[in-house]
Amino acid sequence: MNNKNLLNLIDITVSFEGFLALNKLNLNLNKGELRAVIGPNGAGKTTFLDVITGKVKPTKGEVIFKGKSLIGRNEHKIARLGVGRKFQSPRIFENLTVKENLEISVTTPKSPLNLINKNIKDEQLDEIERLMKIVNLSQKVNLKAGSLSHGQKQWLEIAMLVGQKPDLMLVDEPVAGLTDEETDLTADLLKSLSGENTVVVIDHDMEFIRRLDSNVSVLNQGTVLCEGTMETIQKDKKVIDVYLGRPED
Amino acid sequence: MSQSKIKFDKKIVLSFWIILIALIIAAPTILPVFRLNLLGRYLSLSIVALGVDLIWGYTGLLSLGQGIFFALGGYCAAMYLQITSSSEFPNNIPEFFALYGVEKLPFFWEPFRSPAFTFFAIWIIPALVAGLIGFLVFRNRIKGVYFSILTQASLLVFFNFFNGQQKLINGTNGLKTDVTQLFGQMVGSESMQRIFFWVTAILVIGAWFFAKWVVKGRFGNILIGIRDDEPRVRFTGYNPVIFKTIIFSIAGGLAGISGALYTVQSGIVSPQFMTVPFSIEMVIWVAVGGRGTLLGAIMGAVFINYAKSLVSEALPASWMFIQGGLFILVVTALPEGVLGWIQGDGPRNLLQRFGLKRKIETYPSLEINNEAKK
Ligand SMILES: Nc1ncnc2c1ncn2[C@@H]1O[C@H](COP(=O)(O)OP(=O)(O)OP(=O)(O)O)[C@@H](O)[C@H]1O
Ligand SMILES: [Mg+2]
Repeated sequence: MNNKNLLNLIDITVSFEGFLALNKLNLNLNKGELRAVIGPNGAGKTTFLDVITGKVKPTKGEVIFKGKSLIGRNEHKIARLGVGRKFQSPRIFENLTVKENLEISVTTPKSPLNLINKNIKDEQLDEIERLMKIVNLSQKVNLKAGSLSHGQKQWLEIAMLVGQKPDLMLVDEPVAGLTDEETDLTADLLKSLSGENTVVVIDHDMEFIRRLDSNVSVLNQGTVLCEGTMETIQKDKKVIDVYLGRPED
Repeated sequence: MSQSKIKFDKKIVLSFWIILIALIIAAPTILPVFRLNLLGRYLSLSIVALGVDLIWGYTGLLSLGQGIFFALGGYCAAMYLQITSSSEFPNNIPEFFALYGVEKLPFFWEPFRSPAFTFFAIWIIPALVAGLIGFLVFRNRIKGVYFSILTQASLLVFFNFFNGQQKLINGTNGLKTDVTQLFGQMVGSESMQRIFFWVTAILVIGAWFFAKWVVKGRFGNILIGIRDDEPRVRFTGYNPVIFKTIIFSIAGGLAGISGALYTVQSGIVSPQFMTVPFSIEMVIWVAVGGRGTLLGAIMGAVFINYAKSLVSEALPASWMFIQGGLFILVVTALPEGVLGWIQGDGPRNLLQRFGLKRKIETYPSLEINNEAKK
């Protein structure tokens, strides 16, 4: 383990009443890395994020983030340590406005006392402005988030993720339901975030993954099947097998 | 949000204020004391309703046990009044103790000799009990229907406990306050009741402003976030347990104040405050008035109870049917409650449906159309 290391998952096993959603999964991430994770439906990609963020407790194994174990910590504590997450289907607060959604994400400290008797800090307001520009929502500041289009919701959630300033961003299928143009913009946005941030992107969309131009981990049946650049994994026999047919074998 | 809607909201709020202040000023002179006293009672109930709106309308916690905190506030007030008015009774303790042969005042009555202690106890004790129950429940991530069942079960525990404690708090009979003294006057007297009416009216307005302050801004947004998607709030780094405990505790404190005011105006506190139907009624007031509107909770509590007294006088025994019908009607036809329906442009839509009003292109609809054209 070197000091560039940010996250280690060691032999993670998750059993849902005997069904192994994750099976001795090992994965390491360095600081500043952009990593794509792909795999067929049910491969365990979302469960893998659930384990890191504390939603699911692994049956076996260890998660080390910035040198600390995450096992047994509550979700909000893990989030405060610097793990942010975007969900597979957009999960924003539909009854709040775009701005209020972003306020929730950029606010620190996240204690009731701070929220009730202090106004939001100026630099946090600036940050909200900046985020709304990045994701093209400046015109929608005071609209209810529920009235946004699907793509805008996806982007609002990405903006919320960035606003949280996490060291590790976990992004689950950010381009599901987006137009091609939006997909390209999203890929560029995520790429621009890496370097400073560490980003894990899960997706099915091969074009999108290719555009990310990053290392790829292929998940299948709860384990990492293979890891490498897009070119390497496309030539890998095992990957071709699970992706291009005979998944039932 | 459109300009027209903001103006519309302001109009509602303004007219509400005018009506309210006119009522408060005029009520003691135009209403016979009997009616005034009823109105005062219903206004005090609107404070517990505000608490229900905070926890249910904003935070999504459907408590069916608010009667616990309501009764606790009532008991605190009644204990103070009884203990300070007991000098002519044997052993200088409240009269009822003699019935059960109790000669020494139970220890927990002692602090209620102090008006200062009582003043704080009325809201702090219910708030602490609510906070404790809430913390244990929320920490174990009990929510939804399980939370509702649990609060109702707690209500039954308290109800049965209070019913059984003759030697401590007069059990089923409760504690009477109307013949006790406060500031040298009889609590049940007309002049005292008039004062209680004023105090209640002022406290309702105070409680309303307080509730508005709680839900405005980021704190209130987190409550709404918890209601709509609690896990999302967690993953953003907030601890919902703390937020829910705080708001449940606030609702408990409001219930306590409400119960104390209700007690001194109805002349008695008894375990009847902790019956299952009464706590459910509190929820009905808010549902009918409009969840998440605060004002709707106040209006729901006052109007439904006033209607209840009028109907019960005219057609005894039919109120339960009417109330049940009202609830079903609201849940099915106006799920946002009356005020929620008005604020959501309900009346205009209704007029349009009957062709009484032409459709107007308002800001939001223009916006939606543009969106669609793109
Ligand atoms: N709470 C749960 N209880 C039981 N089984 C579960 C649970 N969560 C997930 N699973 C199962 O675990 C497996 C992995 O699920 P997961 O959601 O991680 O897949 P995924 O790779 O994200 O798939 P997709 O591409 O469809 O999003 C699936 O077979 C799923 O049915
Ligand atoms: Mg998934």
